[in-house]
Amino acid sequence: MSQVAQGKGRIGFIAGFLFLPLALYLTFVIWPYIQTFGYSFTNWSGQSPTFDFVGLDNYAALMKDEVFRGALWHNLLLLVFVPTVTILLALFFAFMVNVGGRSGAGGVRGVRGSSVYKIVYFFPQVLSLAILAVLFGAVYRSDEGGLLNGFLTKLGLVDPAHPVEWLNQPNLVVWCLLLVVVWHGVGFYLVLFSAAMQSVPKDIYEAALLDGAGRAQTFLKVTLPLLWDSVQTSAVYLGIAAMDMFVLVSTMTSGQFGGGPDHHSEVMATVLMRNFLYFGKSGYACAMGVVMLVLTMILSIVTLRATRRERIEF
Amino acid sequence: MTTVIKAPGEASAERSGGSGRPKEGGNTGSDGMVLNVFSHGFLAVWAILIVLPLIWLALGSFKTDSQIGGSALSWPSNWHFDAFSRAWDKGIGDYFAHTLIVMVFSVPLTMLLGSMAAYVLARYPFPGNRLFYYFFVSGAMFPVFLALVPLFFMVKRLDMLNTYQGLILVYVAYSMPFTVFFMHSFFRTLPTAVHEAAVIDGASDTRIFFQVMLPMAKPGLISVGIFNVLGQWNQYILPSVLMQPQTGSDPERYMLTQGLIQLQYQMGYETDLPVLFAGVTIAMIPMLVVYLSFQRQIQAGLTSATLK
Repeated sequence: MSQVAQGKGRIGFIAGFLFLPLALYLTFVIWPYIQTFGYSFTNWSGQSPTFDFVGLDNYAALMKDEVFRGALWHNLLLLVFVPTVTILLALFFAFMVNVGGRSGAGGVRGVRGSSVYKIVYFFPQVLSLAILAVLFGAVYRSDEGGLLNGFLTKLGLVDPAHPVEWLNQPNLVVWCLLLVVVWHGVGFYLVLFSAAMQSVPKDIYEAALLDGAGRAQTFLKVTLPLLWDSVQTSAVYLGIAAMDMFVLVSTMTSGQFGGGPDHHSEVMATVLMRNFLYFGKSGYACAMGVVMLVLTMILSIVTLRATRRERIEF
Repeated sequence: MTTVIKAPGEASAERSGGSGRPKEGGNTGSDGMVLNVFSHGFLAVWAILIVLPLIWLALGSFKTDSQIGGSALSWPSNWHFDAFSRAWDKGIGDYFAHTLIVMVFSVPLTMLLGSMAAYVLARYPFPGNRLFYYFFVSGAMFPVFLALVPLFFMVKRLDMLNTYQGLILVYVAYSMPFTVFFMHSFFRTLPTAVHEAAVIDGASDTRIFFQVMLPMAKPGLISVGIFNVLGQWNQYILPSVLMQPQTGSDPERYMLTQGLIQLQYQMGYETDLPVLFAGVTIAMIPMLVVYLSFQRQIQAGLTSATLK
């Protein structure tokens, strides 16, 4: 740190520079976070200025809330499948793009047109989730006008008189949502892993090639261990996204703030919003927020712990 | 690392065998060819899966409502742009304007305030420095849902529900953790010598920041800037809670994402889906243009922002 920066008369400067950012951050981020904990012990409706302290009643009610438990289950399902599927696909494609085109001795390089693939794959990432919701709402339409049903009908796999009700089938809806998240995410993680792969010195790949390693072996023994840090970070990010899911569920599925059919696609965030804005149970909604926080923290710590390995320097 | 690195002589002998560029063919070459087809096959399928739905949706703007309800693979019958103009009239133009108004203020303000805090925390040792830093950065770990209920009432108490300034301040506050985190690590890498020279020249701390350090941090600012632009442009939860008309006379100031979802409900009732598809296409095009023009910076910016 700069020695010049030390000295008297700088306290004013430091305080001046910190004041506004800190004030905004405290008002709109930290204070609401802290208040959530407080409100979660009350029966506050959000409308009336008065409320009573009810202790752990909200949390006890949460445990018995069938809808919330279902939502928690769906979040956990997504938590397992979103990161796994996205990371596996992204790793596979990243490896293809960067090492897939190797040919001849000593040449390790990406397939022809690899930059075009990277441009195309990444595009969903700059689209908002609201656009994705409308887009996939149309793709999953439950008549022949949906892209998916249209194709399957054309191929003769679906009877045009009884198209698949993608988002209205209790046992399909979560998986339909999962596909949207994967479609959205793969490109970004492909680019992320590509960047990491490119920072691996070419000699390592060439050495593996000279040692007679096949493609699968190169991937498992060389690429994957060197990318482990990025994979770990990605798992945490995707896990946090899987805990959220509010935009897609609330806009693509039926019901007030989504969650349909019959709560089969409910996630914690949609139950929270419904209780807050629709049922006017603010205290109860706050308790859900706290549960989400605790689960997110546990998730991050467990992912980082479970995937911890010896760091490889190169 | 246990990989056995071959002696340099051996490797270079192998490499020079191909007279500079390795040729396709030979044992390893034909192996490469087969695998090349294999990789291209998978890569092409995924590329189609990305592009096809987007083109299909854009084409839907040229269909009639009954055609959209009919076969999905039908070719549009009507090549007029009237669905686009109707979508514009239904509010897409306004939603664009609202979003732009907010971002014209929120993005520069985010960058300025975030950089100021990050700069002081990165380069001025003072008691509690680390504490402030972790305090700022910790906000990135929590899901926004946790704060939503009290945030709503906080903004209400400040009488800023459904106002641009309210949303701007909230956007700036929620972008702070990441901006500070990223710019902090960036300011630390800047050389001290430049700072010292400026001090000897008699520049004040504030002046050094604005005229020396901030211009030097430009690559970092671009990376975080992209991250903030995309994040705030695509934000849905915050506006849908904070930007609802409060009284009958309160005008609606929906953001683009919020407006699109609104349009989806509305068009579902009015059965005018071409308008919805046109609206989404209009919302998609600027992002596509911006992305294609700056794709290198956007990809680099987002990946470095995530990996830091």
